[in-house]
Amino acid sequence: MSTFLGMPSLPVFGSGNLHAAESFPKAAHRELGNAQLRANLGHATHTIRDKRLQVVSELPDWEQLRDAGSAIKENVMARLPELLEQFEANFTARGGVIHWARDADEANAIVAGLIRDTGETEVVKVKSMATQEIGLNEYLEEQGIAAFETDLAELIVQLDHDKPSHILVPAIHKNRTQIRDIFLREMPDADPELTDSPAVLAMAARAHLRRKFLTAKVAVSGANFALADSGTLAVVESEGNGRMCLTLPETLITVMGVEKLLPGWRDLEVFMQLLPRSSTGERMNPYTSLWTGVTEGDGPRNVHLVLLDNGRSAALADEMGRSALHCIRCSACMNVCPVYERTGGHAYGSTYPGPIGAILSPLLTGIEAEENSSLPYASSLCGACYDACPVKINIPDILVHLRSKDVDSKRGTKKLPSQMDVGMKAASWALSSGKRLGLVEKGLPLGRLAAGPDKKISKLPGIAAGWTQSRDIPAPPPESFRSWWAREHGNPNDGVVPPQETATQGKEGQA
Amino acid sequence: MSAREDILGRIRSALSDAPAAPPVPREYRTTSELDEEALILLLVDRLVDYKAQVSVVPAAEVPARVAELLAEARSYVVPAGLDAGWLAAVDDGTSTGRAAGAGTERRRVDAAGAPLGVAELDGIDAVVTASAVAVAETGTIILDGSPNQGRRAISLVPDHHICIVAATDIAGILPEALRRIDGIRPLTMISGPSATSDIELERVEGVHGPRRLDVIISR
Repeated sequence: MSTFLGMPSLPVFGSGNLHAAESFPKAAHRELGNAQLRANLGHATHTIRDKRLQVVSELPDWEQLRDAGSAIKENVMARLPELLEQFEANFTARGGVIHWARDADEANAIVAGLIRDTGETEVVKVKSMATQEIGLNEYLEEQGIAAFETDLAELIVQLDHDKPSHILVPAIHKNRTQIRDIFLREMPDADPELTDSPAVLAMAARAHLRRKFLTAKVAVSGANFALADSGTLAVVESEGNGRMCLTLPETLITVMGVEKLLPGWRDLEVFMQLLPRSSTGERMNPYTSLWTGVTEGDGPRNVHLVLLDNGRSAALADEMGRSALHCIRCSACMNVCPVYERTGGHAYGSTYPGPIGAILSPLLTGIEAEENSSLPYASSLCGACYDACPVKINIPDILVHLRSKDVDSKRGTKKLPSQMDVGMKAASWALSSGKRLGLVEKGLPLGRLAAGPDKKISKLPGIAAGWTQSRDIPAPPPESFRSWWAREHGNPNDGVVPPQETATQGKEGQA
Repeated sequence: MSAREDILGRIRSALSDAPAAPPVPREYRTTSELDEEALILLLVDRLVDYKAQVSVVPAAEVPARVAELLAEARSYVVPAGLDAGWLAAVDDGTSTGRAAGAGTERRRVDAAGAPLGVAELDGIDAVVTASAVAVAETGTIILDGSPNQGRRAISLVPDHHICIVAATDIAGILPEALRRIDGIRPLTMISGPSATSDIELERVEGVHGPRRLDVIISR
């Protein structure tokens, strides 16, 4: 079998930790009940928002950087096959080994095989969304290989047998006291007198991981950027755990989605300005490491890169949705999202939560996968995410696009018209003429009857019940605006009065 | 079909609508106009904000400053290509240096032919390196593995990094700095001591990388 250029084949979707196992409303409902979670998240997201705004406002050319970032990524997507081949040639020429993985299972098997070849049964890991996505740690555990997360937040999550809830600060849902308790419970070498000061907790993590760093023979990482014209990889981090993993072991295995490419060195100047300010709200992150294949006498001697598709080609095939692949995983969109701020990351099910997750997850898995069709509705479409996105991904537009894909995918699957179909038909009839709408509005006083003496409707029937699940509807006014206007200004026929202003404006225009 | 062919085929098929590759607008700043004095001030401000310690000294006073900063270090490592003059004022305990025997001398030299082991590095208190270029606006120092900076491990494992930045190597903004270096070299961009914001997004300095960063700006 071969694929011919210009002849589209069916998209092949991704697998792994990309699915919501239960629908977003159901999961969100449960998470919203956790007051501690909401307090932790509210505090954290507001802190980071202010920091981001502060450092972004320092740059006079922020919008120009966003424009450049967006165009560079659009270029990468349009030229992806050519850039991947260029990257591969350069990376290989400098001593690196490239492996291609169609999906999560294939990537996991490749990484496990590479580790097995070294004879080691332990690896240290730098925080990586791609390995989270493919469920690498769980797979390695099944294969008898222990993977130690070395990023502080990932370590907290791993020690607590929990799941990350934020792509940058995976333990954002935990406060300092909860973290201290986890350390005391799960770290055999922790000082029983440990306080909950973040500085003390960070020192405990340093002590806990030090020996691992110094003795590890194999490290697994992700990558933030890959430069096609040189075969260079970059990891952006804060703690130095990244430097430890990228520098000290003999073997380095990096797992990276195919969309992470940048054409060349010059593009890095754009992204290294956009990413730190958007993610941690710092002018620059403490450490960034760049390596190009193998360097004699400096760093790992065996350097591998697993290039991962896992649904990215399917996302790329969606013309409206493909710009979701421009994402540089900064997390600015989740930090400003009113929905994420309240539900937290676990409600999204997938490795990728928040606004970007609500589009990326269904694009990678297909809208029909498990409960992922509920994700594009996890938004009020307020647009804060679009404003915050350093590469200007129009998340609200893609959310709406995916909602329509969801509706289309369900069309015709049921024999009887759904409540939604009936409601939409009725709305289309009523909203198509002023007279019809006026007629419908005459029924408003009935709503007052339903509201009763406390002037609130707290339970709507059918699918509208979802709306009243967490809020009441105030009783409707005794009459509609339309009929009030007609009564006050007198035009009983259709309630529409020709505006007086029109005539006045006309005169002024002539003068 | 190999995974490679398969994935490239899927991607080509996904792009069957032949989307345009738009020209990249590079209207952002690529040069800055600060003079050396202003660049130094800005870099100092940024580094101090990251909780690094900074001193600005005339080139002739660098050796004295290095010696002062190393006062508490029982041992320190330098890359083989470090300007020997910078260490002239450091009291190495013994005038015979290496002749005193391995493990006893205060100064260790990490050379390409004889790299120190990781455990050995872990036992060393401090490291002194030069730097390739610095970015004033972001408070960033870039090491490129040149002989006066050494391989990446030596500026990582010891807990105290003393880094010398020549005032002439300070660029105003990131694009200027990146255009001065070779991206193929193993690079480390350093902006302050190691830090984390993983607990309640509160920044804490000092995790796995050097907890103490001393920058000497030489002019």
